[in-house]
Formats: sequence, structure tokens, C-alpha cells
Amino acid sequence: MRTLYSLLAEAQAAFPDRPAVVDPGGPPVSYRELDRLAEQASTHLERIGLKPGHRVGIMAHKSVHTVGAIFGILRAGGAYVPVDPTAPLARIAYIFGDCAVSAIVTEQRFVEPLQAAFPDAHLRVLAPLDGGLVLIDGPAGVQAPASENSLAYILYTSGSTGKPKGVMISHNVALSFVDWGSEVFQPEPADIFSNHSPFHFDLSIFDLYVSIKHGASVVLIGDELGKQPIGLVDLIAHHRITIWYSTPSILRLLLEFGKMERFPYPALRKVLFAGEVFPVKHLRELKRIWPTQRFFNLYGPTETNVCTYLEIPPAIPEEQTEPFPIGAACSHCQTAVMDSDGKPVPPGGEGELWVAGGPVMLGYWNLPEQNQRAFYWDPEGTKWYRTGDVVVEEGGIYLFRGRRDRMVKRRSYRVELGEIESALYKHPRVSEAAVIATPDEESGVLITAFLTCNGDGRPSLIELKRFSAENLPKYMIPDRFSIQPQLPKTSTDKIDYQRLKQLV
Amino acid sequence: MNASVNSSDVKQTVKSYLLKEFLPGENPDELTDTTPLVTGGVLDSLATVKLVAFLEERYGIEFEPHEISSDYLDTLDTIADVVTTKKV
Repeated sequence: MRTLYSLLAEAQAAFPDRPAVVDPGGPPVSYRELDRLAEQASTHLERIGLKPGHRVGIMAHKSVHTVGAIFGILRAGGAYVPVDPTAPLARIAYIFGDCAVSAIVTEQRFVEPLQAAFPDAHLRVLAPLDGGLVLIDGPAGVQAPASENSLAYILYTSGSTGKPKGVMISHNVALSFVDWGSEVFQPEPADIFSNHSPFHFDLSIFDLYVSIKHGASVVLIGDELGKQPIGLVDLIAHHRITIWYSTPSILRLLLEFGKMERFPYPALRKVLFAGEVFPVKHLRELKRIWPTQRFFNLYGPTETNVCTYLEIPPAIPEEQTEPFPIGAACSHCQTAVMDSDGKPVPPGGEGELWVAGGPVMLGYWNLPEQNQRAFYWDPEGTKWYRTGDVVVEEGGIYLFRGRRDRMVKRRSYRVELGEIESALYKHPRVSEAAVIATPDEESGVLITAFLTCNGDGRPSLIELKRFSAENLPKYMIPDRFSIQPQLPKTSTDKIDYQRLKQLV
Repeated sequence: MNASVNSSDVKQTVKSYLLKEFLPGENPDELTDTTPLVTGGVLDSLATVKLVAFLEERYGIEFEPHEISSDYLDTLDTIADVVTTKKV
């Protein structure tokens, strides 16, 4: 079976001495060395009895050794479950418990907190790995039931019920996307990819696997450097990045604060962005600084990775203010625009984008009802994923119009407003919470939490921010809090979100 | 402008900036010299970059990439330390 690990095995055989992964500040790691790291991790995993289909958590900062561990998990037949090591521990523990990980790759300093998070599981350190990583038991151990052998990784995204949900991606699904990336971007061994996205975010799939498939190099950008515009611009120039991939938010940060005019960028060839709408005025400005580079807008939810794309034309007219379309269907998938009854919408009409074929996820981990709602099997047996995104099709090109539900994109992360509300309800002083998102010129979207509180006085904004930081990932912390004597209600006594929007 | 600056002036200036930009409506007494800003969810990554841009322009200083972190920017106290050190 061809797997994501096969990409490394093949590149290692063809280019053993070429640099595979670069951690800025450290020496490049060759394909041979990366494969050795993978073998080290997989040997330990096999020794403890890991079977294909078992899940292995990863709670570690980005490093060449973390990449080695990812390939090691895949080499052993396991599926990796990466989490943000800076997220609240309760969230991390929920994820590892939810998908019943058999083992966890982590840093020594996280061992104690993980042990404390699972007091009944008696997690032990099983083996040291290179680079300060350790392999420890997972709460489910290797007795956990194995899932489908084909499972490669699970990425958790915001869930509307207040808990994150796991998107299961198989090797075949991931490889269909990687092969599409090869076809469209035609990388060469001399290419140097950026990896800005964290490993728990699906943009990282392109960076890691498309680069390695072609014997190219990937430069890892850690969490701290990832938010420093000056340092990022230095990195693009000095590491001679040829293919850059990030969210528009990061590119805007570079434009505004990165002092980009300091360098020429002769190596940079392609700039890919995904995850949210790129306002045209900023894109135009970026193209002025990078006039010879080709720009691509990639679109797709985590459930399908990329399913449509558009190459931005060389010149953007000054008068254009409308954002670019999300483009045409990728060659590895089928797309359709459907109405609420599941009937096709004629071109030019608004409807929900459905996706079928190569890139569609296996399903959500252990959420049968959500899977039922997410998929539609047509009479020919084709499995369609309903994206929830409302689009219009014109001449095979899709324009993004908005969402059907309460999900928004913030800094390119998916945010279910209901998940924020669930977290705020945990605050002892909060009686009611209603969270809304409104468009914002500067940050794209502004998240406001309307609350009613019990007891005397009111919690301060700083207290509410701190509480949110303890219970939610950083990108879900509301921008604003508004404490009200009562929340507006509809005639059926539900919170009236439309009236709340008028209050912003 | 190369004159050194006074720590309490820096704290007052930064406090006003933070209240206006990121905490509109907050009672100023709630924002103390030791209130955690980055780790306490008041400053996200974009807000942190904006704060650095504000400090660089206001005080004519430059931050090293590694200084744009909670180690240096988490409270009014640490911010005042880094600004006054750079102004010496």
C-alpha cells in the first residue's frame, strides 16, 4: 500500500544526502537522517505493540525531530493526532481521550502535565527519542481498538457542540491531494518550501509531503518566529524560499510590519495562500512587492483539504475591490452546487458547495450523527461532503458567498461560535452567553460575546479574557465582551442573534 | 530622540494605549502593572505585533525578533523594563 511514509522512503532512496528539513539556526537534516529518526520512533512504537490503525498523539513544538516522529508513526502504520502544545491542557486531554491515543510523542516538560490530566491511566515514559522528545503511554494504551488501517492522521477542528471534532484523513485521501499539488505546482528537488502552518492545521500537509515527495527541502517556522513579521521576511530572503504557503493573515502581517522592501527575492517563485478571503487591496500591494511571483488562492475545509483553486492574474485592476473567486474544482475531485433540498442549482444561483472524490475525509471521529449530516450518498454510490459554504458558480469558477451555519474563519482558523459560548458558560458569573461575528476591515472578523451575569458587580474584561485564554485556543478568545442586563429574545424565547448584531 | 525615559511614564503611556486599542470600556484600575497581557488573553499575536510597532515608533527603539514574546511583553512591568533598557 502506498502511504505518506512511502514518500519519504522513496525520496530517501533517491536523494539520501539532500537536505530534507531545515530548522532555522540548525544544520539541515538530510533525507537519510530524517528516515533514521522515523525508524527510531517506529521501532519503539512497534516494540510496545502498536498496530496499524492505532492513534498516536503529538504534543510538541515544531522541530526536525517532531517531523521525524510523524514519519515514524506513519511508518509503524499508526495515525498521528497533532495538537497545539500551547492550547489549554483540558482541550489537549479531551482530544487525546476522545480518539483514544495508544501513545503520545511529547517533550519531557509536558510529561507531568499529561500524567496529571489522566490520573487513572498511569502514563509512563516508554522511550526517549532524539531532540528531547519522549514516547509515553497514551490514555488508551495499545489495547485500544484499532481503526481502519488506512487512517493517516486526525486533525481536530472547532465543533459547534462545544467540543472539538476530529477529521479523519486516510493515506489515499492525503496522497490524492499531494499528487494534485505535484501536478499543479510541479516542484523540483531544488525547491525550498516554507512550513509556516502548525502541524495541527491542514496547510502543513502540503508543506511536508509535497516537498518530501519531490526530494525538495522544507524550512520549519516555529510558533514564535511565525508571528514575527521582520523575522519571517528575513527567513524568506535568507533561506531562499521558493514556494511559500500561508494564510492571508500572515501575508498581511508581513506587508504591514515586515519591512519587505529591504530585500530582493530572486528565489521566490510561487506564493500560495488559503484559509480565508484575501482582501484585494492587500493582495495588490503584495504583488507590487513580489511582481514576478505567481500567486495561487487555494480553498477547502479541513474535511477535503484543497478542493478548488485559482491562479491570481498577473495584474489586478486598480478599480477591483471584490475578492477573487475560490476558483475551479481541482482535478482530483468533483464539485456541485446544491440547494437545501439537495437539488442542483443552475449556474449563477447561490447554493451549498458539495465535494466528492479523492480529497474527501473518511469522516469525523466517533460522531455518527454529524457524519450522517455531513455526507450524502448519491444513487451511484458517490459520497459527497457538504461543505456548509455558500457559493455561486459562473463558468466553472466558484465565488464564495458565506456560511450556512455559525462557523466563521478567524486568522484562518475555523471557529464555531457555539464552542465559545460553551466555554463562557463555564464561568461561574455567566448566566447567558451569545457570541456573534461581524465583518471587520482590519482583522477580517470581529468576535463579540454578549453576556448576562449573576451576582453583584460584573467581571472585568481582563478577567473574561483571562478565563477565555484558560478555556479556549487563543484564536477563539472574543475581541469584545458586552455585559447586558438581559439578552434580546425571539418570540419563541431563543436568543435573537440578529438583534445582537445590530448592537455591535 | 535619545533621551532616557522614566519607567512609570512608559507604563502610563502603554496602559493608555492598551486600554484604548484592546480594552475599550475597561475600568483602568483593572489593568495593573502585573496583569498578564499575552498569557492572559488580552494581547493576541496581531495585537502583540501592533504593540511592538507602537513602542518602536513612540520610543525610537527596535525589537529583536526573540524579544517579541511573552517573556518581554507580558505585563506593563516587563514592557517598561525592555523599553527603558533600550533607551539607555
